Amino acid sequence: MVSRRIRSAVEPLGFVLPCIAVLGVFVYYPLVQNMIYSFFRFSAFSPEKIFIGLENYRMLLKDEVVLTALRNNTRYAFISVLIQVCWGLVLAAILEDRSIRRLAPVFRTTFFLPVVISVSVVCLLFGFIYSPIDGILNNFLNLVGLGAWARPWLGSGKTAIWATIAVSQWHSTGYVMMLFIVAIQKIPEELYEAAEIDGAGKLRRFFVITLPQVKEMFFVTSVITVTGSFLVFNEPYILTKGGGPGTSSITLAVHMYQSGFFKDMMGYASTIAVVIFLISAVFAVIQLTAFRSGED
Amino acid sequence: MTGAGVFHYKRNSIGPAQVLILAVLCTGFVMVAYPLFWVLMSSLKTTEEITLNVWAFPAEPQWQNYVNAWNRGISGYFVNSLIVTLSTIAGVLSLSSLCAYGLSRYKTPWLKYVLVVVMGGMMLNPQVCLVPLYGILTRLGIRNTYLALILPYVAFRLPLNTLLIRSFFLSVPKEIEESATLDGCGSLQIYGRIFLPMSRPILLTSAILTAYYAWNEFLFAIIFIDSNKYRTIPAGLMSFRDALQIDWGPLLAGMAISAVPIMIFFISVQKHFVRGMMAGSVKG
Repeated sequence: MVSRRIRSAVEPLGFVLPCIAVLGVFVYYPLVQNMIYSFFRFSAFSPEKIFIGLENYRMLLKDEVVLTALRNNTRYAFISVLIQVCWGLVLAAILEDRSIRRLAPVFRTTFFLPVVISVSVVCLLFGFIYSPIDGILNNFLNLVGLGAWARPWLGSGKTAIWATIAVSQWHSTGYVMMLFIVAIQKIPEELYEAAEIDGAGKLRRFFVITLPQVKEMFFVTSVITVTGSFLVFNEPYILTKGGGPGTSSITLAVHMYQSGFFKDMMGYASTIAVVIFLISAVFAVIQLTAFRSGED
Repeated sequence: MTGAGVFHYKRNSIGPAQVLILAVLCTGFVMVAYPLFWVLMSSLKTTEEITLNVWAFPAEPQWQNYVNAWNRGISGYFVNSLIVTLSTIAGVLSLSSLCAYGLSRYKTPWLKYVLVVVMGGMMLNPQVCLVPLYGILTRLGIRNTYLALILPYVAFRLPLNTLLIRSFFLSVPKEIEESATLDGCGSLQIYGRIFLPMSRPILLTSAILTAYYAWNEFLFAIIFIDSNKYRTIPAGLMSFRDALQIDWGPLLAGMAISAVPIMIFFISVQKHFVRGMMAGSVKG
């Protein structure tokens, strides 16, 4: 009996150890190391690290690029919730409506297509769309008589960040839409039938039945979208060559990358990573507590 | 059912609201579909044709754009992406199913801390570990190899997939395991002969989600790999663009080659993919 109990206490170790070891070495250890690195100054090319205490954090507070990045990340979050989550929900509700049941699969698959294209292909494509002279967008504006609106979308500090944000909306709205479609499909049909008998119109049915029923999904996708907005790297890195013109379209992740791997200030890059960690930790806690309340 | 659908369709399709909704949907359709169509169309044009008139169809399809793109690097990136993606799937599936088995079939008290460690991993982002990971991979001597991508990819995908598979394992009835134990099966045999075959659908979902991540990952791919030899498609396309400069025909052909096969794959397994998205609700 005793030996069997010992065996069952140790036996699961064999199963979970490989997973925990990989997580430890490549996720948790770097996380802790990153915290420590943020108090040091060092280069990627030399093993020597100089302890400088809070110097990196002092620099961070004075760094105006951090403010620009935070502002851009916030814009990203705001627009993404508006378009990906709110518009994604509206699209899902329309596509799940009986009146266009026969056309819905075509639209659904098409709107979902960008999701399965890799981000670099999407960004290269939008490089062609935004191209000042031979780009599709400016050509289209000329075609419909709005030539005055044509501009170098990615080359101007005023429009670069918005043009970049637009690409992410094009890329990801279908993702959130699909999540809402599945959520709406899970709503019992009887609820809609009852409302229809009561004489509720489509708009009313959306607000009285659909919206409350997908409340949880709405919250989850909002948190995911906002978290993602504070981690954005690919789009500004590729489209505006690292947040240009100047730093007008920079985000926190791009700023971290450039500080570390471009200016070779690895310690300072770690400090920016700490900021990113703190921001995403806050949203993770929000999501976790909300999930728990949903389970009760 | 179809009859009722047609009936509703007819009854509801008269109002101006329906026309407006259809117009909005069609606008969205064009905004999504035209750029994709444009890539395919322009990939068959010469660079001069592209610059002269963005709307025009190719005078004569330039199939050699595809040959050019394939020979000038895309083939290598494609193979690299395939190697990295398949290895990542193998690593994620084996490690996370093992861990999920341990977590779901034993009641040992310390396992709840393991669960916390796994769940915590879901909240951590690659960005936060980037600088130290660069150092770790350098010290291990595997930066600039396939392993520099595979190991971090596996690590960051383990939490989600372990939880996904664990929730499936938890639903397996105890009796199946008990009868297997009576037949003299060890726990490793129960895992391999009963649990793995039973959980094929969830493993497939996991594999598809992992493929989606590994095929598209960009941040690690550009930082941990310097050599063109090991670049995956997302990173490779960037150097491809820089090498081609304004040779747009082959660049567009390269984009099409990188996008179309994987698009067809994901759309054909859409059902499993969406199920995984729902279970994870985590964006890549």
